[in-house]
Amino acid sequence: MGNAAFYILLRRMRSPLLALIGSYAISMVVLMAIPGEHPDGEQWRMNFIDALYFITYTAPTIGFGELPHEFNYNQRLGYLVAIYLPVIAWFYAFMTLIALFQDPVFKRTLEAGRFRRRVQRLADPFWIVCGYGDTGSLLVRSLTERGWEASVIDTDGERIAELETRDLRLFVPGWQADANRTESLRAAGLDNPLCAGVLAVTGDDHTNLQVAITVKLLHPHLRVITRAENRSTADNMSSFGTDHVVDPFASFADRLALAIAKPEMHRIYEWLSGMPNTPLFEPPRPPAGRWLICGYGRFGKAVCRRLDKVNVPYTIIERTPEQTGAPEGTIHGKGTDAVTLREAGIDNADAVLAGTDDDADNLSIVMTARDIKPELYLTARENQMAHRALFKAAQLQMPVEPSYLIATRMLNLITAPLLPEFLRIARGFDRSWHAAVARRIREVSGGRVPEIWTVHVDEARSPAITELHSEGIEVTLGHILTDPHEQEGHGLSATALLLVRPEAVVPLPDLQVPLEQGDRLLCCGRSEARSQLRWTLGHRDTLRYLVTGEQRPDGTIWRWLAARRS
Amino acid sequence: MNLEKVVFGFFILLALTLNFGFVYGELANPAHHDAWELFVTIVVNLIATVLKFGERTQIGAILLASSLVADLQLAAAAILWGVAVYGTGVGLTEMTMASVISLASGALVANVVSVTLLIIETVRIHR
Repeated sequence: MGNAAFYILLRRMRSPLLALIGSYAISMVVLMAIPGEHPDGEQWRMNFIDALYFITYTAPTIGFGELPHEFNYNQRLGYLVAIYLPVIAWFYAFMTLIALFQDPVFKRTLEAGRFRRRVQRLADPFWIVCGYGDTGSLLVRSLTERGWEASVIDTDGERIAELETRDLRLFVPGWQADANRTESLRAAGLDNPLCAGVLAVTGDDHTNLQVAITVKLLHPHLRVITRAENRSTADNMSSFGTDHVVDPFASFADRLALAIAKPEMHRIYEWLSGMPNTPLFEPPRPPAGRWLICGYGRFGKAVCRRLDKVNVPYTIIERTPEQTGAPEGTIHGKGTDAVTLREAGIDNADAVLAGTDDDADNLSIVMTARDIKPELYLTARENQMAHRALFKAAQLQMPVEPSYLIATRMLNLITAPLLPEFLRIARGFDRSWHAAVARRIREVSGGRVPEIWTVHVDEARSPAITELHSEGIEVTLGHILTDPHEQEGHGLSATALLLVRPEAVVPLPDLQVPLEQGDRLLCCGRSEARSQLRWTLGHRDTLRYLVTGEQRPDGTIWRWLAARRS
Repeated sequence: MNLEKVVFGFFILLALTLNFGFVYGELANPAHHDAWELFVTIVVNLIATVLKFGERTQIGAILLASSLVADLQLAAAAILWGVAVYGTGVGLTEMTMASVISLASGALVANVVSVTLLIIETVRIHR
């Protein structure tokens, strides 16, 4: 399949090549047929070699002159045919070639071949990213920064061109293709054993659904994480085993409800699911008083459902209440003008949420509301990342950035599959426990959003533990989380959030807990701590030093010498 | 009936018959082998090769390969002939004639393979 372009080339060049062969053959016959004369009157004719030589330098219009002897007029007249025929054939061949390289079908075939080759050359596990909009580009950047590779398909050629000009850490092959087609996914490396999974983040729910079902049918073991903005699509996706469905509006609404009901838990949630290495921030607590919801679309509905659950009163402002099925008491209007906002009772409200699908409207709502009542809690939905600077300038208490929300959620699912489990367990605890976790995260992360990763205690991924276990030495969580460069058993700036064993799931495990084979640990901390931990788990002498305080000589020779000495 | 198929079969068969005509005769006797016949054989063989371009089937690939082999053998024969007569001045001795015909016979075998494959493919389509 890879050299399809080559076959097209051969087939298109068939007639020009035939023309060339024919013209050369006819010319050679003409050249050899017409006799010439030496000055002394003796007759001569060209032989095959003369004819081939003459035509070879005449056809591409090089022209060395009359070889091997000067021609007479009969020859010159006859040879005109032999000169023009191949020249025309050459032109024909060139024109065909040029036309071929400008042919969009041929170009696409060439690009497809190049994309396939580039994907095949990927040497590390990679994710297929379908859709390179705001979410896709955030995901690709973050994936490459975490050492994953990626291949990208998008229907928009301009976005692919943008991908090629971006300054990423790794080369990411991209192709303008429709993710709905199985062939496109195959080209992006679906059948490649290094493929870790597929991220379907196109703006179209139906395409995402198609991608999910294609992958689950062809390769059920591959992980599929999709974006879905409609509830029915999300349910549909989950029904056939899509690993994770991320709904940006529902997840924002969840967070909002969490922030109102359990602010400490919300803080942990925000910190653990943010983009690593951005500053940790203290989200202001949203008020539990009356909310004004502008826009009752998918987003507005999702928020209202959650607000109902935490018993927060709200008033809806909607331009077309009949079409969207807004409940009784909905104010008719856009909410961009003071009259509508006053009608909705902004004087008694504590918060305004601008949730229309138009960024200009949302900004206008927020600014008008602030004018009327400066102390309002404001949030607005940001539809396009291009407008991020404007939303920043508007200084909202809780911005809604769907593409950012989706990207961070997906990234966490990729790098820390245990995180949702931890957050689910953590919700069950009380405020003081949440505060303790938050304190711990702040301690280890140094004021920035921590990295989150999973540690596997098994032979392949932490050989040092396995070796010490085979010598009968017990290794505890505290041992591996110690910094070997510090003398006094100083801890790494990392902490274990969750310990998962077949028989138990322990949130915030104690440092004295001995590790067992098959354990999985959810850790968070700084990236330096992460790389130090990876080193410790891979080098038995480092780990032995941490456990026993003993420094063993390393290297084959030193080990042999040490064995002889004892 | 498909004109393209007629042309295709015509050239492949013609390549075989011309090749046979050139080789036919006493092996080392220059009087039995004509230079023009070799020339036409080469031209027809090249045309047959180009006609086989771009076929993506398995049988198409073998057809093209056998044609390329024939081209190579015939080109070697022609070069040998040219060098012997005009290049080194040895002339058409029994030795050179025998070598030229041996090379051309090799091409003949390749052409036989081509025609056989063509017949096989045709029979398969009819079934």
